[in-house]
Amino acid sequence: MASVTLTVNGKQVTATVDPRTLLAQFLREHLHLTGTHVGCDTSQCGACVVHVNGRAIKSCTTLAVSCDGALVTTIEGIGTPDNLHPMQAAFRENHGLQCGFCTPGMIMSAIDIVNRRGNKLDEHTIREELEGNICRCTGYHNIVKAVAQGAAAMN
Amino acid sequence: MYAFNYHAPKTVRQAASLLAKNTDGKVLAGGQTLLPTMKQRLASPSALIDLGHAEGMSGIEQKGRNIVIGAMTRHVEVSTSAIVKNAIPGLAALAEGIGDGAVRNRGTIGGSLANNDPAADYPSAALALNATIITNKRKISADEFFQGMFSTALEEGEIIVKVSFPIPSKAAYEKFPNPASRYALVGVFVAKKGSDVRVAVTGAGSNGVFRSKECEAALSSRFNARALDGVKVSASGLNADMHASADYRAHLIPVMAKRAVEKATAK
Ligand SMILES: Cc1cc2nc3c(=O)[nH]c(=O)nc-3n(C[C@H](O)[C@H](O)[C@H](O)COP(=O)(O)OP(=O)(O)OC[C@H]3O[C@@H](n4cnc5c(N)ncnc54)[C@H](O)[C@@H]3O)c2cc1C
Ligand code: FES
Ligand code: FES
Repeated sequence: MASVTLTVNGKQVTATVDPRTLLAQFLREHLHLTGTHVGCDTSQCGACVVHVNGRAIKSCTTLAVSCDGALVTTIEGIGTPDNLHPMQAAFRENHGLQCGFCTPGMIMSAIDIVNRRGNKLDEHTIREELEGNICRCTGYHNIVKAVAQGAAAMN
Repeated sequence: MYAFNYHAPKTVRQAASLLAKNTDGKVLAGGQTLLPTMKQRLASPSALIDLGHAEGMSGIEQKGRNIVIGAMTRHVEVSTSAIVKNAIPGLAALAEGIGDGAVRNRGTIGGSLANNDPAADYPSAALALNATIITNKRKISADEFFQGMFSTALEEGEIIVKVSFPIPSKAAYEKFPNPASRYALVGVFVAKKGSDVRVAVTGAGSNGVFRSKECEAALSSRFNARALDGVKVSASGLNADMHASADYRAHLIPVMAKRAVEKATAK
């Protein structure tokens, strides 16, 4: 067993875990933050994307213990139902989701894209940058529109 | 994933001594290859020695006519580094083309070189740029380092600490990505330094990254895309799988080399 201390959505947590606990598992099963989804568990789909020290990573492909001391932000940490994050609001307004399974990862990746590439994003850039996020429902079109609008609103 | 003991050393020296004590142990860098492999139970190290907290393993600097990159430097740092973009833009562009944004935020250059996946991007840059791999024990030239797929000159207990890339006069990388995995179906890195021209090919060889003598010979007399007109690469020893035949990969090598030379000689 190993000890890990993280700051998740602004709250510090310390836990003793089996070292093989993945960050996704830790968030979902230990902290009950089930907004982070596990779609493939093989590092392909991006449903599990969260931010660690401000960078988007696949939480199914990261050990919780490797993040010791880190700041972690999940989909639960960016907005509330009454006060959505601009990227969440843009997904809602543009019908950027159907079943919603990929959405937390899409939104966390989209915010990372804005953090890295600024908030004026053309369609081509958005499509390239969403390489690591798979959606089985929407056909991506409305996701791309949502990301462009959400990015602009994050100004 | 099978259980393992976890260690987070603070220095390379501590990491090396932990690795010596745990003979079935492995170092963990970005985990973007090792963790998926462990989840599939294709690897079951008794211990993981996490390099993520070890000092002095990450960062990019120019030292004389070389760019020196720490083994734990993430792909995103190489792709956005002003130093790399200025001295070896082809290397920054290569890093930008690895996997996706989340993979680039975690994956490291040291992990990619140590793993020597036959379809990985970085091995081609190290080989074409004639890089030196610096470990906790010695310096290894790229020509000696890559020893066939998933196999390198690294010995038991040896850890890559940094990689030194001589700055070329011209260089570029061109990759034909596998449409599903985005790994290289064929990737070609061309580099010219003085009169020395090196062309390294990844994705195609059944024995991992290799230098294309045919392309090097053609480009040595004239470093110009047209010098590659009519150059044929033999399909023997090339990979054939559901994604591409050996003949198709052989065909792609001079095509990608040509595009890379066009990029390298533009402006
Ligand atoms: C979805 C996805 C897409 C990808 N696409 C691409 C792609 O297009 N092109 C590409 O090139 N790669 C791709 N990769 C692989 C990625 O680049 C990995 O980051 C890289 O191959 C391994 O680096 P790592 O830091 O994650 O190493 P790890 O997975 O932590 O380690 C890999 C191996 O190297 C050893 N190792 C690590 N660091 C050292 C060191 N300093 N010294 C000695 N041994 C060491 C480990 O023990 C292990 O055996 C992809 C990965 C994923 C998940
Ligand atoms: S669940 Fe992590 S990438 Fe699919
Ligand atoms: S909305 Fe269903 S997977 Fe994207």
